[in-house]
This record gives sequence, structure tokens and C-alpha cells, in this order.
Amino acid sequence: MSLMIERADGLMTVQDMGRPGHLSQGLPRGGAMDRLALIEAAALLGLAAPQAAVEMAGAGGVFAVSAPTRVALTGAPMRATLDGAPAGWHRTHLLVPGRRLVIGGADAGVYGYLTPAGSIESQPWLDSRSAHLTIGIGAALTAGDRLPLGADPSPDLPARAIAVEDRFAGGTLRLCVGPQTALFDPASRSAFAETPFRRAHRGNRQGVRLDADARFTTPHAAGLASDVIGPGDIQMTGDGVPYVLLAECQTMGGYPRIGTVIADDLPRAAQAPPGAALRFRFLDEGASDALYRNDADRLADARRRCHDLIRDPKTMPDLLAYTLIGGVTRGDELDGG
Amino acid sequence: MCGGSTEPDTTPEEPALRPEVLPAGPDAVVVRFSLKPQAAAISAAQAFAADLTARPPEGAGEIVPALVSVRVGFDPRLTARSVLVDALERRASAIVAAPVVLPRPRRRWTIPVAFGGAAGPQLAEVAAMTGLTEAAAAAQIAATDLRVLAIGFAPGQAYIGLMTPAWDIPRMTALTPSVPAGSVVVALRQIVMFGAASPTGWRQVARAAFRSFLPERAEPMPLRAGDAIRYVAAPEDEIARLDSALDGLGGARLEMLR
Repeated sequence: MSLMIERADGLMTVQDMGRPGHLSQGLPRGGAMDRLALIEAAALLGLAAPQAAVEMAGAGGVFAVSAPTRVALTGAPMRATLDGAPAGWHRTHLLVPGRRLVIGGADAGVYGYLTPAGSIESQPWLDSRSAHLTIGIGAALTAGDRLPLGADPSPDLPARAIAVEDRFAGGTLRLCVGPQTALFDPASRSAFAETPFRRAHRGNRQGVRLDADARFTTPHAAGLASDVIGPGDIQMTGDGVPYVLLAECQTMGGYPRIGTVIADDLPRAAQAPPGAALRFRFLDEGASDALYRNDADRLADARRRCHDLIRDPKTMPDLLAYTLIGGVTRGDELDGG
Repeated sequence: MCGGSTEPDTTPEEPALRPEVLPAGPDAVVVRFSLKPQAAAISAAQAFAADLTARPPEGAGEIVPALVSVRVGFDPRLTARSVLVDALERRASAIVAAPVVLPRPRRRWTIPVAFGGAAGPQLAEVAAMTGLTEAAAAAQIAATDLRVLAIGFAPGQAYIGLMTPAWDIPRMTALTPSVPAGSVVVALRQIVMFGAASPTGWRQVARAAFRSFLPERAEPMPLRAGDAIRYVAAPEDEIARLDSALDGLGGARLEMLR
């Protein structure tokens, strides 16, 4: 079976949790910009682990399937319709052949995700299906593309929704201490923490620029040896303008880094739309160590935030297909949808 | 977005190395031998990375060598930070306590390159800066015991060194807009072999048909930090012929030394 892309409006690529473990060979992990959105999709679909999704930057497109499959819509909420009726975000939907899922622009945030329950079975490279366009891995999805899908193991499961904290409009990002934090004097670090920034228009999967009038420099910047960099690092370019590095940042860099956005706040950084207000708060080493969570913890937490949707008969277009009377139904379909 | 500088400290009396074990988030630490890329620190970081890779400290995860530092990941659920930090401090101190001796390499690449001419348009300039003839400059590169110091900036792209102090030549003030894939460029006692066409501020002295990154190859990024590199001179038309080899290895030969 397959997922057909009938129209592509935003920049759409296949992304999963990336390819960790190759930093020493200069290859960043890459993967979804908002990893939590893939974890939330896994929780919604009852998957053991996050799997590949269509990442949609700014807007989606028109999708159809060749066999019934559930999909989860997570990440930046986008205006979606299923056969013309509004289709909610942060929840699952059942797609069946002949019906169209139309995903428009983002109402908030940047990156929306469409995760089919049966997994996208495109060709992996180094154990990941993530596109990494700047190094020639994968390609942007275009109209006419068909992504191979595995069968949804249980298309009859009830629709589910997940309660999501708003991470799509900027806010405060917590920073942990990095190896170069101490190269900035305490006054520069306080000034950084007190400065209101805006997410600049300039940004991509490698990182986003932060706009403010203030500049942040350290006398150590000149002649600093390059070292290992990664997602979340706040790098000060030569003129003292900060960039937050994101999923596809290079693995080595020579600009000084004032700190690193903690993993739990990276989705908020990636989803801040151009112009969104961002601030930073430093955590000391003990505090960031205490906040440590891994993806298994995040998945367990996401599962606790899911609930079945109760269907409203007024919004069920296929009401006649349901046997409402006659003792044939189990009686719980309307609860489970 | 990346850049900064890798100017080595060329003062004859380099300060004694004082390795620092620094936090890098809740699941990694960085062991840094100096802030600037001074030769002694580069050698110490190389020796340290080789030591850690051969005998990973208990609880260590991904080990990533950089020019003067090594990043060591760990799983906070399995390893207490303090235990790993203690072990790394002990081993880093041992590295700098004695004259740094690079371990014998495990692997050696012999890579054909064409020096000078269209394959190395700045060889003459580099020769003049090092006080050598073009032929002697090329011969020195081929004769030096080179190692992959670190890989970064692009997948598979190796920083190779160190040449002798005479090769401590600065980067150009203006960038060359694009050098072709396989270009061998020099600055700051180091050599970079570009995996893809790239702008650069370093001077191009040679070109290889070796592709350090080829996604469809069984080993997309064949080089490892610590690998020995030996360049052998080849005629330009030979390199042009090797360009078409499907494996992208450009006639390079890999020997396992131990």
C-alpha cells in the first residue's frame, strides 16, 4: 500500500528520529526538527517506538491512501480537512481510499507531522529514513510521489487525541552549561539571559538566527580551535549574533557557544515561527542533570496524555454505515469512534 | 554558520597543557587540552582519543575526537557523571605528564594525488611560503607521517596533520569561491581533503580522486580519526582516470597495520 502525495505546498520530507552515532565521521544525527511530535504520534498510534513521518514545513499538501490506515497529525497545528470536513490536530484520523486529507498552512509553529500507523517503508540510509537534503540524502516530496507504507496493524482502533503543551509560539528556553559557557564573563551571560530575542526570518534545518540589538562576544573568540557542536548549542557568530543550532547542524564549529538548549526545550526552539519572542534561562549543572529525560521517558509521558475521542453522531458522515440498533454492535463504537 | 579560526599558537614556548573535563549537557563531557589549536594540544588530543577508543572508560558512549578536545557521551541512567569525570581526568593527566607519543596507527591509507598544475593551482605560492621548490613541497607532503586529526564540517571530511612548523601558513584573506571535490588544501600545518566542491580560504596544492563521502558506497565515510595517511604523487591524467571509478576511492589503498 502507499501514501500518495497529490499536492505539495510546504517543504515536505520524510523524517524519523535520525541517525545517531556518526558524529566522529562528521555526520550529524539529523531527523525530525520536533522530535516530540514523532513521540506524540507514536503514543497516539500505540507504537512501541517513534517511526518515520512526513515533516511539513510551513504547510502540508493533499494526501490519499491505497488502503485504510490510521494517521497521526502532530507538531505545529495546521488547517486540515478530511473529505472537506475540518480535521482536528494532535489526534489520529482514519484515512480510507478515495478520501482526501488536505493539510494547509500552520496556525502556529513551523513543522507539522503526518505519521501513518503502518510505517513509511522508504529506503533507509544508515538505519534511518530521514532526508538530509544538504548532503544529498533523500528528496523533498512532490506531487505524484507515492511513499510505500506498511499495513496498519489495527485500523479499527478508536481515534485518539493527545493533550499538548503549547510549544508553537516561542517562549523561554532553558540552557544547560556547555564546555564554552565559562568563556563568556558573568555580565555577558546575565545580559544574554535578560535579552528578549525574536526568532529571525533566517533559519533552516541547520539552525535559526536570533534577532536583538545586543551583541554577545568573548575575548576568547579569536583563534578558538573548532570542536564538537550539536543541536541546541547557542553559537555566537563573528559579529556576536546568536544562532540556535538545530537537527542538521554541522558536527564541528569554531564559533564560541554560550550554552545549550536542553533537549526537552528543543522542540519549542524549532517550532518558534519567524518573529516569535524567545528568552533564555540558564540552569546550573545540577539542575539540568536533574531534569534529564530520555526518549523512552518522553514516550511514557506522551502515552499518559492520550485519550480516546468520543464521537459525536452529528459529525459522523458515515452514520448509516453503523448498525445502531439490533444488538450487532458492541455498543462502544460511539465512544471509541 | 560555522567558521571561527584554527590559528595555531606559534610561540616557541607553548604553555604546559592543562586538560580540563568540562560539562556538555546532562549526557556528555568534553575533555579539552587547550583553547587554541597549538601543536602540543593537537597531539595530546590525538593520543587521548586513540587511548579512549582503544580502551573506552567504563560507562562511556560515543567518543568524538576534535582538534584539541574529545567529546565523550554517556547514559546518565547507567553512569554517574562524577565517575566518568574522575576516570577522564586521570587519563588526560597521564597523557600530558609524559612527552606525547602517538600510538602506532591501526590503519593506513595510501592515496594517489596529482600535485600542482590545474590539480594544485596554489602549489607554487605555498612552496614560496614554505621556502621550498614546488617539487620539494610536494615531496614533503608525500613524506610526512600524516594522521586524520578529526572529521567534521561535512560528512567524512578529514582534517589531516600535522605538517612541520614551516607549513604554518595562514589562511587566505579572500575565499576561493569553489574548489572541486577531492581538492587537497593546506593551511596552519594541516591538510583538508574536500569531500565535495566547496569554497575555501585554504590553498589548493593537489587533487585526489578519493571521495571522502559517497552516500551509496558500502562505507559512505571511510576515514576514521587516527588513520595514517600517505599521499603518493600521480600524474593528473591518472587522477582524471581514477575519477570515474565507481567506488569513489580514487585508487586509494587501505592497509590494516595491527
